[in-house]
Amino acid sequence: MAVVTSPLAARRKRTSKIVAALCMAAAGIALAVLFSILFTLVSRGLPALTFRLFTTETLPTGENGGLANAIVGSLIQVGIGMAIATPIGVLAGTYLAEYAQKSRLGAVTRFVSDILLSAPSILVGLFVYELMVATTKTYSAIAGSVALAVIAIPIIIRTTEDMLSLVPVPLREAAAALGAPKWKVTTLIAWRAAGAGMLTGLLLALARVAGETAPLLFTSLGNLNWSTSLSEPMASLPLTIYQFAASPYGDLVELAWAGALLITVGVLAINIIAQLVVGRKR
Amino acid sequence: MSERAPTSGRSTQGALAERGFAGVVLGSGVIVLLLLGAIIVMLAIGSAPAFREFGPGFFTSFVWDSVNEVYGAGIMIWGTLVTSLLALLLAVPLATGCAYFLTELLPDSLRKPIGTLVSLLAAIPSIIYGMWGFFVLAPLLSAFFLAVSDRFVDSPAIYNFLIGISGTSIFTAGLVLAVMVLPLITALFVEILGATPVVLKESVYGLGATRWEVIRNVAIPYGRRAMVGAVMLGLGRALGETMAVTFVIGNATRWSPSIFNQGSTIASTIANEFAEAGFGSMKLAALLALGLTLFIISFGVLAAARALVSPRQG
Repeated sequence: MAVVTSPLAARRKRTSKIVAALCMAAAGIALAVLFSILFTLVSRGLPALTFRLFTTETLPTGENGGLANAIVGSLIQVGIGMAIATPIGVLAGTYLAEYAQKSRLGAVTRFVSDILLSAPSILVGLFVYELMVATTKTYSAIAGSVALAVIAIPIIIRTTEDMLSLVPVPLREAAAALGAPKWKVTTLIAWRAAGAGMLTGLLLALARVAGETAPLLFTSLGNLNWSTSLSEPMASLPLTIYQFAASPYGDLVELAWAGALLITVGVLAINIIAQLVVGRKR
Repeated sequence: MSERAPTSGRSTQGALAERGFAGVVLGSGVIVLLLLGAIIVMLAIGSAPAFREFGPGFFTSFVWDSVNEVYGAGIMIWGTLVTSLLALLLAVPLATGCAYFLTELLPDSLRKPIGTLVSLLAAIPSIIYGMWGFFVLAPLLSAFFLAVSDRFVDSPAIYNFLIGISGTSIFTAGLVLAVMVLPLITALFVEILGATPVVLKESVYGLGATRWEVIRNVAIPYGRRAMVGAVMLGLGRALGETMAVTFVIGNATRWSPSIFNQGSTIASTIANEFAEAGFGSMKLAALLALGLTLFIISFGVLAAARALVSPRQG
């Protein structure tokens, strides 16, 4: 059989190939940038990553400080933030998935939650500043925690609702047919069935707030000294990175890179764990 | 609630629990509504002194003078819009290419791990992008412009222009933002292109269409609305990005029409100047007014994005 190729067919094939090549180039550029970022992080962060980092607090340049207070501060604020956000987020997500599928109020709540999900985080910082810092005239760790909670809530709502709506309706109907009231169907059947997915949502929210800098700028402010008091300014890893990276001192910039590597590894690890949790369930 | 009248003590208790739980979940939903309301009210109250002082001219004035306490948002609004549009201009074609590559060209076995990689890229904290932009991209750019001007440029005017370009500029901020929104838009595009019904694609392949023709004439038209929404989501992200931009834009509060000069965005100005604004000062009010401006802009963009992307996506 003779292969007949008209000029038109040849041109169409060529176009398709050229586009494919361009797309590969686009993917190549994206990968190159990714590797540049990761390479910079590792090559500049790893040499500065010592054990001292975890045991010594931040000190002025030349005094061989660490990041201990920033790490502890981050853990405290992220912990409290998640403790505030988890019940509100899970319950509001449950409301959207189980109680408000067709209601007007539910639609509005869903829309507002979606807006909050992608609202600039610096605005959350300004809001909490006005709410808690301007009124008490002190920057505080608790204000930072609240700001982080406000950022985490819409993430938790979204995943909770998504995961609950994946639970098959017959499962709920079976429980209801046995006489279980709706709240029991929700907590004992739906929550349990969607548990792994909801946990993933919590982990994703955790990863997101752990790296947030902007909302902490005007709430917990940062602190170069040890402080575990919730009513005083508190250090955090992202804020310390920001302050040190912008400083003119080489040793502090080095510490900033170590902190940057630390937080990226932490955030990526939580993300990977979150994906594994869902993966195992499926 | 479809319960019959309670007949025993136990079912009264049950009804109470039922109503209690319904009330608690509803209450949590209402908290979210109140949150958005409170954000608007707080920003409005805080920025009131600035609007009283400068009026609607606040939005159009290109003067930001901390010494004489005269503030206008023009420079920052301009910087915000220009950096974000620049980011989209670069990121959207790249994201389209990446999405096409991921959904059509990549063998099935690689699709999942590379998709995971893209989503991980979107999870990297923005401050990391900022540091990369400041320590890697900015020096690279200024070295590039220097090399170009040394080697290829004879005209002194262009030479001086190129020499004058610093590593930190509105342009650099646009580049960093493009890198930041790229994984977000790519992930959404992959989802949208992947949602094209296989039957549709196969029937066009059956007519003899090439891969590119299927994408161009079937997949993209099919998902166009959602893709526009995805781009708007990317825009929303770029408009409000703070840390990455603050590192690389130079934070200049003087007006310059060139994107190769230093500038500032709304978010970078708030982050950068907040430390100098005391409780109750006019500067604080002006910064909060900037925040309100950003809120209005991004609210509009995000609302449009959500309306376009169906609620179950993105």
